[in-house]
Amino acid sequence: MSEFKSGSNLEKILKAGHFAFTGECGPPKGANVAHLKEKFQYLKGNVDAVNMTDNQTAVVRMSSLAGSALLFQEGLEPNFQMVCRDRNRLAMMADILGAYALGVRNMLCLSGDHQTFGNHPQAKNVHCIDSMQLIAMVKKMRDEEKFLNEEDIDVAPKMFVGAACNPFADPYEYRVHRLASKIDAGADFIQTQCIFNMEKFRDFMKMTVDMGLHEKCYILAGVTPMKNAGMANFMKKFVPGMDIPDELIKRLKSVDKKEQAEEGIKFALEQIEEFKEMEGVAGVHLMAIEWEQRVPEIAERANVLPRPQVD
Amino acid sequence: MIVADRKSLEEILSMVETDKKILVVGCKGCVTVCNVGGAKEVEVLASALKIARKKAENELEIDTHVLERQCDNEYVSQLGDTVGDYDAVVSMACGVGPQFLSEMYREQVFYPAVNTTFFGGATQHGVWEERCAGCGTCGIHLFGGICPIARCAKSLLHGPCGGSSNGACEVNKDTECIWDTIVKKKMEQGKVDDLLAVKGFKDWRSARDGGPRRSIREELVEGNI
Ligand code: SF4
Ligand code: SF4
Repeated sequence: MSEFKSGSNLEKILKAGHFAFTGECGPPKGANVAHLKEKFQYLKGNVDAVNMTDNQTAVVRMSSLAGSALLFQEGLEPNFQMVCRDRNRLAMMADILGAYALGVRNMLCLSGDHQTFGNHPQAKNVHCIDSMQLIAMVKKMRDEEKFLNEEDIDVAPKMFVGAACNPFADPYEYRVHRLASKIDAGADFIQTQCIFNMEKFRDFMKMTVDMGLHEKCYILAGVTPMKNAGMANFMKKFVPGMDIPDELIKRLKSVDKKEQAEEGIKFALEQIEEFKEMEGVAGVHLMAIEWEQRVPEIAERANVLPRPQVD
Repeated sequence: MIVADRKSLEEILSMVETDKKILVVGCKGCVTVCNVGGAKEVEVLASALKIARKKAENELEIDTHVLERQCDNEYVSQLGDTVGDYDAVVSMACGVGPQFLSEMYREQVFYPAVNTTFFGGATQHGVWEERCAGCGTCGIHLFGGICPIARCAKSLLHGPCGGSSNGACEVNKDTECIWDTIVKKKMEQGKVDDLLAVKGFKDWRSARDGGPRRSIREELVEGNI
């Protein structure tokens, strides 16, 4: 048996002790493969794996499975996101097998934003299982090589299992316990929600380290560069579970409108520098929302290039 | 109890548009308790319909009746002598009532005058809230006596999700995040550990997902004694 659970690039990088750097890509609202491939070019070589979002914010897009397969075809490593909102356990297991067959080796298990946020609020919400159980299911399929009903899988999907964590949702004191549960359920790595409130995150990581969770799981800190003060305001008001300190908005507003993007990137770079040193943080997950073209520059300025190669 | 909301007058008017003589039937069960389909509401609807049709110069003759329960054939059969006298019958019971009526009186048309919404109770005068989704396998004792199946917008068994904010659900600021309530209750009791273990995969067969359900109490089934 291989020393790796999945053998994904992300797993190898983390296991070798390198500071991981992952990216994200939203599939198109359509079948525009050309546009998607264009976005891939900004990520290729600059990140260790790319999250392919799954009907993010409950807006219908090309499936994350197809997007992940396209990433693989183009020589990038996908991190296939799967939400519990749109599929029952049959469809989930089927897609996990399909993703593996198409070359996917990482998965991120999520609850999914409620459909009332999206563009089809009339839809039925499935939630046959929840994100905690999705983690356990992907692990079971990998380690026991069995479906949920205990039937054997003929060539089991060996996935590196990821989960999300939002330290900024409530009740705060419970968040670290929920993280511990996700790790117990089988999460190999965690990608956090976008971090803007550094003070709170430092406190959260201290609790995480005190509980020894960072030794059981790789924790990647979520970073989203702000394009301008308007985006920060919007996220503060409308995106649930976001914690955007007023000082950050003030800082963005303090510079000329044209300079705000640069200020947002500067803040992100300062964060990345701090995460490199922060105990318990194994890497950064960069979510440059519809801003993939800036990823090469951010990676360059963050001194995370070239990305390590591990065999 | 089963909670319902009355349909709009316009919708009910359009249902009986071509009828000249109708019966409005209430129910003394749940819909009386939630003030939507009892004796009082039956009279209110009947007079509203009459007035509207009079205004439209198309008068409607209406009789009213309130059954003990519309979900019980013993009471439903009490309409036997009169039900055929009308062009249509409007039922103010929950969705069960007009179905029992239709099953017994196959020639008659029954319109639902209410939208049946959920199983719940009144939390204050005039406010009803959902408490149960009838999943068929009750496990509320695992969650401090609170049901996340019915009350969490994602029916999570391991909440709260990342959208929980200040006690409110991500779906709507006016909706309680029930997981916040569950966690806080367990924290107060020093029993957070109860929530941490990964729970078994829910078997939805006992819920509506397994197909229409039926309860058989052998000892009560006629001829079994
Ligand atoms: S667990 Fe099921 S039966 Fe019990 S209250 Fe919730 S929905 Fe109803
Ligand atoms: S915010 Fe709370 S109630 Fe709403 S979906 Fe999330 S866990 Fe459930």
